[in-house]
Amino acid sequence: MTELPVGVDRREFDGKQRLATRGQPVYGEPTDGEWRLWDAGRSKLGAMLESGMDIELSDVDSVLYLGAASGTTVSHVADFAGPTYAVEFAPRPVRDLVDVAESRPNLFPLLKDARKPSSYAHIVESDLDLLVQDVATRGQASVAVDNAQFLADDGLLCLAVKARSEDVTADPETVFEHVREELVDAYQIVDSQRLEPFHDDHLGIVARKR
Amino acid sequence: MTDDTDAAAAGWFAGIEAGDTEAVDRAIRTGSTTEPADWPRLAVEHGFVDREDEYYSRLQEATIQSARREARAREQADDKQLLHAVRAMDDADRTANELAERLSEWAGTLFDETGTGVDGARKLATRSAETPLEAQVISLAERVDELAGEGESLRQFINRQAPIVAPNLTEMAGPVLAARLIALAGGLEQLAKKPSGTVQVLGAEDALFAHLAGRGSSPKHGIIYTHEYVSGTRPEDRGSAARAFAGKLSIAARIDHYSGERKPEIHDEIKSRMSTIRARAETDEVETQ
Repeated sequence: MTELPVGVDRREFDGKQRLATRGQPVYGEPTDGEWRLWDAGRSKLGAMLESGMDIELSDVDSVLYLGAASGTTVSHVADFAGPTYAVEFAPRPVRDLVDVAESRPNLFPLLKDARKPSSYAHIVESDLDLLVQDVATRGQASVAVDNAQFLADDGLLCLAVKARSEDVTADPETVFEHVREELVDAYQIVDSQRLEPFHDDHLGIVARKR
Repeated sequence: MTDDTDAAAAGWFAGIEAGDTEAVDRAIRTGSTTEPADWPRLAVEHGFVDREDEYYSRLQEATIQSARREARAREQADDKQLLHAVRAMDDADRTANELAERLSEWAGTLFDETGTGVDGARKLATRSAETPLEAQVISLAERVDELAGEGESLRQFINRQAPIVAPNLTEMAGPVLAARLIALAGGLEQLAKKPSGTVQVLGAEDALFAHLAGRGSSPKHGIIYTHEYVSGTRPEDRGSAARAFAGKLSIAARIDHYSGERKPEIHDEIKSRMSTIRARAETDEVETQ
């Protein structure tokens, strides 16, 4: 199993070893001292780590997170990373995201559209170490390709592809194959794996910027 | 160095005076540039802040303030405003039409060619009056023109506002029908809590209660008939079309009320369901041949 980043650990909750980070609890998750449970069933990135995907996160500092929603996963990322830019397009979840950001000085909430990187390129810095993407929109691969400009050379992409967002009628494997082909424009794929049983019809992709 | 100065000018902090929170908010919300840069370093080099940790704390203050303000502004575009707007639009349209009818009757006694309806009133409003009586009639025509214009401007307001209040419902039903459904239910929350069978017959209350009282058959559709999914389907399949459409509309309203995020998959689901229903007509045609 790959090495977990500094600040992420496996702790015992209800008799099982589960992921945890240190920080202010945000959604009523169980805690063990200062450690709080990172539930893989509620987080695609958590599921990718839990499924033992080949993610080299240990020297990650700066992060861009697309599709932050209410901040569940991004709160864990901000617990172990440095400057973390969280982009979310829907106003309602942003209200919760702002609350999460208030207890984390390294988390910057942005109410922006991930399909339009130019609308936040004047805020998000260049040469980031990690891009996490979990957006439920059509064209998920092109969002990842367009946002590669924020990554440093060799920067890491953790992408959760939702098959049903691309085309509900198509076979998920066909959708995933198209996404893989399109990503090649900007990335080299390191590992990809289905996220069952944590998330149905989702593919986790780990890739490096070319 | 010149390159760096140019680069720094594209950052959100460019040209911001200390303490000017309005300018910061504007820069975060509406600014843009083609590519990112090492903003923390540039901000220090150009004297916006002394150290990078200070940069990050200024950045957090700015992003939190601006995200909170924009989220609030977008949420205040609320469903109740939409409800008033769609009712006002209907009143304006209806009144304009009624007055236009009265006008064409009256104007027919004075002028040779008077069109009918709102268009006729608009033409009449451009004439110049030669007698006090004509002035009176033309003034009424001007009122009708303005009232119809007000209806049009309310419609444009609904077109802009509905996607913000209920993105999924609007994408599925179109802005005006989405607003009407919200108005008939009394709000987005009320609409989200209604069973889809109720959504299906919203606006057909007279027929529904007549049916419940034992007169007539149950209505197949209410206001959703105005959508092409229902009205464009052949009569024998309209019940199925209305039921399928109402089901997805209720789901869309629930997503809009409880999560507010756009869900592309439900729109594909209704499209594929509608094409299945419409394919029945083609199958029947082939069989009778």
